[in-house]
Amino acid sequence: MRPLTDEETKIMFEKLSKYIGENIKLLVDRPDGTYCFRLHNDRVYYMSEKILKLATNISRDKLVSVGTCFGKFTKTRKFRLHITALEFLAPYAKFKVWVKPGAEQSFLYGNHVLKSGLGRITENTMQYQGVVVYSMADVPLGFGVAAKTTQECRRVDPMSIVVFHQADVGEFIRNEDTLT
Amino acid sequence: MGRKLDPASRVKRGPGKKARKQQGAETELAKFIPDEDAESKRLSSRARKRAAKRAQVSEKPKVAGEQPKKGFTDENSKWLKPAKRKRKNDEPESEDDSENYSEEDGEVEEQPLNKKAGKDQGQKVKKAGLKEVVDEDDGDDDDDDDDNDDEMVDDYGTIDDGSGDEEESDGEELLPIERAAKKEKKQKETMGLESDEDDTDEEEGEEGDDDEEDEKSDGDMEEDEDTVQVNMDEMDRFRLPGPEASEKEGILPIDLKTIYQRIKDNIDVLCNFSTKREEGKARTEYISLLKKDLCAYYSYNNFLIEKLMELFPLSELVDFLEANEIQRPVTIRTNTLKTRRRDLAQALINRGVNLDPLGKWSKVGLVIYDSSVPIGATPEYLAGQYMLQGASSFLPVMALSPQEGESVLDMSSAPGGKTTYIAQLMRNTGVIVANDANAERLKSVVGNIHRLGVTNTVVCNYDGRQFPKVMGGFDRVLLDAPCSGTGVIAKDPAVKTSKDEADILRSAHLQKELILSAIDSIDAQSTTGGYLVYCTCSVTVEENEWVVDYALKKRNVKLVPTGLDFGKEGFTRFRVRRFHPSLKLTRRFYPHSHNMDGFFVAKLKKFSNVILTAPAEKEAENEAAEATVITTPPVEEPSKSKEKKTPLIKPGSPKEKAQTNGTAMATANKSKSTGPKKAKVAKIEKGAEAKNSSADGKKEGKRFEKKHGKKKSAMKAKNRMGKNKFKKLKSMLRKQNLK
Repeated sequence: MRPLTDEETKIMFEKLSKYIGENIKLLVDRPDGTYCFRLHNDRVYYMSEKILKLATNISRDKLVSVGTCFGKFTKTRKFRLHITALEFLAPYAKFKVWVKPGAEQSFLYGNHVLKSGLGRITENTMQYQGVVVYSMADVPLGFGVAAKTTQECRRVDPMSIVVFHQADVGEFIRNEDTLT
Repeated sequence: MGRKLDPASRVKRGPGKKARKQQGAETELAKFIPDEDAESKRLSSRARKRAAKRAQVSEKPKVAGEQPKKGFTDENSKWLKPAKRKRKNDEPESEDDSENYSEEDGEVEEQPLNKKAGKDQGQKVKKAGLKEVVDEDDGDDDDDDDDNDDEMVDDYGTIDDGSGDEEESDGEELLPIERAAKKEKKQKETMGLESDEDDTDEEEGEEGDDDEEDEKSDGDMEEDEDTVQVNMDEMDRFRLPGPEASEKEGILPIDLKTIYQRIKDNIDVLCNFSTKREEGKARTEYISLLKKDLCAYYSYNNFLIEKLMELFPLSELVDFLEANEIQRPVTIRTNTLKTRRRDLAQALINRGVNLDPLGKWSKVGLVIYDSSVPIGATPEYLAGQYMLQGASSFLPVMALSPQEGESVLDMSSAPGGKTTYIAQLMRNTGVIVANDANAERLKSVVGNIHRLGVTNTVVCNYDGRQFPKVMGGFDRVLLDAPCSGTGVIAKDPAVKTSKDEADILRSAHLQKELILSAIDSIDAQSTTGGYLVYCTCSVTVEENEWVVDYALKKRNVKLVPTGLDFGKEGFTRFRVRRFHPSLKLTRRFYPHSHNMDGFFVAKLKKFSNVILTAPAEKEAENEAAEATVITTPPVEEPSKSKEKKTPLIKPGSPKEKAQTNGTAMATANKSKSTGPKKAKVAKIEKGAEAKNSSADGKKEGKRFEKKHGKKKSAMKAKNRMGKNKFKKLKSMLRKQNLK
């Protein structure tokens, strides 16, 4: 477990900012204590200083997970957000998409969101903007990338994709082995 | 909220099924309609009688008779009754079928509704037809328990009057008589069904009417009172099969039904042995036959049946075995970090899940009766709003009662149900260290932790026995020890045949190691905590009381009340073993009496770290205490050391041990300061003998030294130095002696 290098931090924050914009600083400067990012097994964990201190007691090979896993660095040094980061993405998300109850299940099985399943969408969403997907009951279900702008969404036919799927909470079951 | 299911289709589904069943029953009933008028009149008159009786009954605390016996104060006792077993009744006569159907309906509807009536939980949409039942039931809530028993009797009713009888047998003395009467009635039914219109009608009428059933036993008792006298003589006495019969049995295929009947009769005889025994037959003959039958009928291995027979009185044994044949109800725990129970219940009901609050003792539990969607894959589940978790695994966490801001260790955490419950009780503050020895199983822990939005957890993969070396100073520790799983046979029937003595003792040994390292990881100076909760999903004494008793002897811990107001008290004496009297503060839970997995929960408080600094001293201290109590320590010594090394051997003189333990406990506090000195005295007295034990303890001492070396006060360090010097001196002296 080690702190992130400057480059890693930059890559990761760029990724995060696609979803939560400048709210990133709310993640770092929290009123309830200092929180930090740590790298362990190519995965980035977000934890409070207090837990970090305790976790240093544990040897590297025995440590499985600390705090919340945000994602991992791929072999090509890109950063990939995991569904486990949703806990912190959802409250700070800038752009949101709500899916209709009928399309909920489809999204949770890893499919893109179609126009027919689109319930609501934040105004002025740009194309390829990172969005957090909610159910109509405001339960965060995952995140993805807007395939169309809000304006375009109004016009397209019902079967066209409006949000590309990136991660959904179904992965807690489907990909349990690779979460950490 | 959530996805709205198409109301049209749902409404059709729910009541339609039930309606179909009931219709079936009605058509059956239609055959007997001619008598209905008279019947209803008669019923009403009896009902009046019963109403009068009920009024009496409700005044005198009759229900209290049953409940305190089980040591259970929760109001929702209904839930804690195991459901009926569904197998059996192999020959489906039309008559029986209709009975069963109507009854099952009654049961299914009654349970949730009754509770609702009691708890005023009016969230669910009640079906109009059922409302009447509710109204009727409101009045006789007191009789709930009786209800259940009666239903049980009816269900098993036809050929093999089943464990329903058994249920009552603990208290009721009239039972055999009643059974005989019932048997006769059944015979009549099966023989002359049509000819005996009147009798069957009565039966049918009683079955059909829900209210009727409440008082059935009472009514029956009264009615059959006269016939009973006649039946007494006819009742065939149970006889042990002769040797040739048992030989024949070996060749012929075994008829389960006859075996079941034989078990019942056999237990009946054993319960009233002096009056019902056959002349010249010993109790052991009955017992061995019973053992054989139980093994054959429930397919257990010989060892486990013996263990269980030791554990339960015979009347309870069959209940336990029966309860192991049926699954426990599915329960879920609301994740209060993300939602509230009411919202969750509403969301799930909208998805077509039939559920109810778990009980008075839990504010977060829900029982799932049935569901049209897989309960482990709903969007609510994936969003982390609830966790699938057996009711029994709530208990250790409730006993632990972690506070906000504490540091808690969960020693064997997979799959994370208890860990996340701890986190939600702490509201994501403080630190939780979730450990498990199995790296594969830790994946589910990680998944569940993240799914439920728990952020204060460190997950690691150590063997629990190494733990105090890794880190210590926790406020609370939860040790859900790996065990033989004799309490969860319903979940994993493989246990029935796969376990033997060695398995039990092996896990007991591991548990003893784990409990010591768990205790060593606790900080006794903690202002808020210093508690250990030890729990297993096993019912055997070796894995529960014995382990806790061992910890009491080895460390400065004491048992404290678990804070669970139901469950049975732990054993303080079991066969030859005598445990510390405070072991009655522990709690046992059984499938047949609490309708949750067999479980054991003990809560210990560590009251000083002193022992930790020098286990050798503690050892010597114990001996010193012994020396004060018993003036012949050399006699006591060997047995003690033997026990330590090979826990498989039963303690030689248990009574004395318990005594010494008690005194050690009592004096431990006082003698804290004087302990070392005393120890020294004891050592000098014992010389070479004490050396063994001190060498044993030295290892632990060293281990601790590494960790707490800084904390140790100067004086203690000096003490230790002195001892080392003393040892060296002693060994030198010995060498000289040898020369």
